Amino acid sequence: MWIYEKKLQYPVRVSKCDPRMARFLIEQYGGADGELAAALRYLNQRYTIPDKVIGLLNDIGTEEFAHLEMIATMVYKLTKDATPQQLEEAGLGDHFVNHDHALFYNNASGVPWTAAYIQAKGDPIADLYEDIAAEEKARATYQWLIDMTDDVDLQDSLKFLREREVIHSLRFREAVEILIEDRETKKIF
Amino acid sequence: MENKLDAQYYERLTRLQETDFALVELTLYLDTHPHDLQAIEQFNQLALKRQQQACEFESLYGPLLQFGHSFSRYPWDWKEAPWPWQV
Repeated sequence: MWIYEKKLQYPVRVSKCDPRMARFLIEQYGGADGELAAALRYLNQRYTIPDKVIGLLNDIGTEEFAHLEMIATMVYKLTKDATPQQLEEAGLGDHFVNHDHALFYNNASGVPWTAAYIQAKGDPIADLYEDIAAEEKARATYQWLIDMTDDVDLQDSLKFLREREVIHSLRFREAVEILIEDRETKKIF
Repeated sequence: MENKLDAQYYERLTRLQETDFALVELTLYLDTHPHDLQAIEQFNQLALKRQQQACEFESLYGPLLQFGHSFSRYPWDWKEAPWPWQV
């Protein structure tokens, strides 16, 4: 089970109301390479991955939910004081008529999240390679998001998330090595 | 919502987040390097430090963890704001 902890993993501060940036950030909330997809992908793969790497998928999957909460906090803070007119000017008019100020799991273009974004092949190497690719794609997205804003407070939180993708990718690559090494060992016997 | 937050709140929260970050990082590292004794020693040291920091934080600002992993004062204070996205 999971126990909720009443704090963010890393502080999220924004220096202005900026619904335009919120519209872009939602890509990492309900997009293909976003945090929801990441958390669900890894936690679902846990059940059929070899024991040696279950712990890693479990722990990275759990951390992704903390990142999801950070993205949600950014979007919430950037839009909470926006008027309907400001939302419309930022390209969020369609969102407003459907959701008001509520968050929703869709990407930056408004396409709802779908399980088709994630894979579970049952083949450990295929699954881990997908995970590495997902981390690299998320890292790239965070870089584009950082480039889209001049809000240094927001950039600080986004840089933290970008660096976490780098570490996750590294750990997944180590997991691949662990499984390959294990396979070679078994062949000798 | 922010009436019970003093200047120290953000300072203490940041210190706890720092310790917890090191613990997350060490956890993922140890998941792929389970025989690194020095890292395990550092992990256990920080786990103890985090317990003390969390205990102090909770005594000032209320429970951090749900479902009985933190104690409650009277009246029930788990459900009280602020929530993480409100601070």
